[in-house]
Amino acid sequence: MQNVAALPWLPDAPEDFRSQVKGMTNGDTARHLATHALNLTQLGQLARQMHRLDSLAPLHPFNLALLSSNTVDFLLPPLVASGARHGLALNVFGAPFGQVMQQALDPESELRSFNADAVLLYLDWRFFTLPSAMGDQAAMQEAVENAIQQTCVLRRALREAGAMVIASTISPPPLPLFGHLDARIAGTGLAFAQAYNAALIESLNGTPDVLLDVATLSATIGLATWHDAPQWHLAKIPFSMDCAPLFADHVSRLVACMRGKARKCLVLDLDNTVWGGVVGDDGVEGIKVGNGSAVGEAHLELQRTALALRERGIVLAVSSKNNDEVARKPFREHPDMLLREEHIAVFQANWQDKATNLVAIAKTLNIGVDALVFVDDNPAERALVRQALPHVAVPELPGDPALFPQHLMHAGYFEALAFSEEDRQRADQYQSNGIRAALERSATDLPSYLRSLQMVIDFSPFDAIGQPRIAQLINKSNQFNLTTRRYTEADIASMRDDSTLFTLQVRLTDRFGDNGMISVVICRLRERDWMIDTWLMSCRVLKRNVEVAVLDEIMSAARKRGVCTVWGRFVPSGKNDLVREHYAELGFAPAGSADDGTTTWQMTVADYQPHELPMVVKGATCDDPSR
Amino acid sequence: MSDSIYAALNQIFRDVLDNDEINLSPDTTAADVRGWDSLAHINLILAIEQHFKVRFATTEIGGLSNVDELVSLIQAQV
Repeated sequence: MQNVAALPWLPDAPEDFRSQVKGMTNGDTARHLATHALNLTQLGQLARQMHRLDSLAPLHPFNLALLSSNTVDFLLPPLVASGARHGLALNVFGAPFGQVMQQALDPESELRSFNADAVLLYLDWRFFTLPSAMGDQAAMQEAVENAIQQTCVLRRALREAGAMVIASTISPPPLPLFGHLDARIAGTGLAFAQAYNAALIESLNGTPDVLLDVATLSATIGLATWHDAPQWHLAKIPFSMDCAPLFADHVSRLVACMRGKARKCLVLDLDNTVWGGVVGDDGVEGIKVGNGSAVGEAHLELQRTALALRERGIVLAVSSKNNDEVARKPFREHPDMLLREEHIAVFQANWQDKATNLVAIAKTLNIGVDALVFVDDNPAERALVRQALPHVAVPELPGDPALFPQHLMHAGYFEALAFSEEDRQRADQYQSNGIRAALERSATDLPSYLRSLQMVIDFSPFDAIGQPRIAQLINKSNQFNLTTRRYTEADIASMRDDSTLFTLQVRLTDRFGDNGMISVVICRLRERDWMIDTWLMSCRVLKRNVEVAVLDEIMSAARKRGVCTVWGRFVPSGKNDLVREHYAELGFAPAGSADDGTTTWQMTVADYQPHELPMVVKGATCDDPSR
Repeated sequence: MSDSIYAALNQIFRDVLDNDEINLSPDTTAADVRGWDSLAHINLILAIEQHFKVRFATTEIGGLSNVDELVSLIQAQV
């Protein structure tokens, strides 16, 4: 493809970029301007102007520290500007050169006082003591163990200081020693880097630390481009500054992920995107897809990419200007199509504009438009969607369909911090939801429909197994989320042993399958009352009486522990209007409201009557005497 | 030739340092321009290399004392 380091999936910056930057007034304009393929100079201009603004709302504030054995000053402005591209108002601190250990370990250091939400630990091979002898396996193993131990000490110190840690693999050194033999000889730079990286990745298991895979990033760009000897000698800059825009974008992706900003759904155009040609004109026989022609194979490769994304939990949808029957025909009849109707959760083929269709797709799936990625070969459609729905990600595509998958995948829209059983099953769950929607209409009344689902709800307190999914829900749920409080995985780990907290993870199965963990609750003890700190639920299970069952469980646990009153709070976030009346609907009494729209509610434990539920309840307080 | 290099160079300095009051002359030095520190110097060199499609040697970048020498370096390569 074209030079990845130039961010080719982003549109070119406008001619008058610098004057637009001067005129920007808030975080939204900063985000819009950041969503172009910017070079270092432009990133610097944008970052400088962002510093001048009093408020970067609605961008999400985040303190990011860089701890490196090299000079990292040059990365600070690109990080601030790239952060805006991912919805973040990054406050970036670069720890002073050459003080890695001191800055991490000394509680009085500038780094520790910075109060970082996350620390990027960027070390390269020059930082570590390399093996003492060439061709000596034991010497290399010792060097790798020492290096990993050093990294782990740093990571633990940073974690204990309350920060998320982003650890990086190391890029192989720029020069070969033997050549092709390097990978086989213990003690070469290449062998050391590979062994260190494997050990580092292994050491991440069981920790909340996040991986920045610099080894793969530098290989993607090409080591000969990544390393720049003059820049290293001039200023101890660890990799070519030409790669800084891409590097900063990658770091921002991970931080955005930590803040739950990952995309969830890929929306595909059909004509000249999923297949070559126009099915309405060329017919099913005339479109180019599948083996036998280069163009047909190129389009098939995009289908393969979409299916691979679906396997890992990304939902697929279609938006096409076509008659519905015509658009579905290739999915049903063309023998070479890999994508089939059952893979597509929402199929929108009509003559409405694409922005309207994208809004409808988001609504059907119960996700925000900011969770969508829209792939369309037509520049006019892309421009229209970017204009109407600036939060939808719309990659630029080149004329050659063979390059579509690379533009889509190198853009990194679907970064993730973990891969869970829920992710694996998600695509099928959305499929089942389609069936449910149809069922809902045919059932004569809601209670009998709900009973027909054969739901089993399962309650348990936070535990180590549930922890990654709990973190994922806390950081991703926007709509059914009463307070939108975000907690890191480290926060959640510490909650498990906090006796002043009552925590709940809620799972739900039904006759269509396992929905996995779908709700999380945290109550804080204050004197003899409970404050509901967090209450969120996946929108997949809306209108199923799940929230009523959860309330029953909260109140039953409260009664058992002698709690007098349970207090709830609705804090408007701009995205959670769905639950504005949540507490009123559950029978809480109003207990005050604030100017920002926050409302407070209370329920007396002694007066509470449990409900009759259309589901089987497992693991509840009432049937477990130990809780 | 040298005039057009000066014009382009002036714009690069204004863009990179984000300061429209910069007016370079042959004897301008880093001390005369606010923000022209060691990091900005690398940023400037990169932007200049990109614009003129040239590549400076490590020996050349370190030894620059004023704008006139920078222009001579560019002229030698374009």
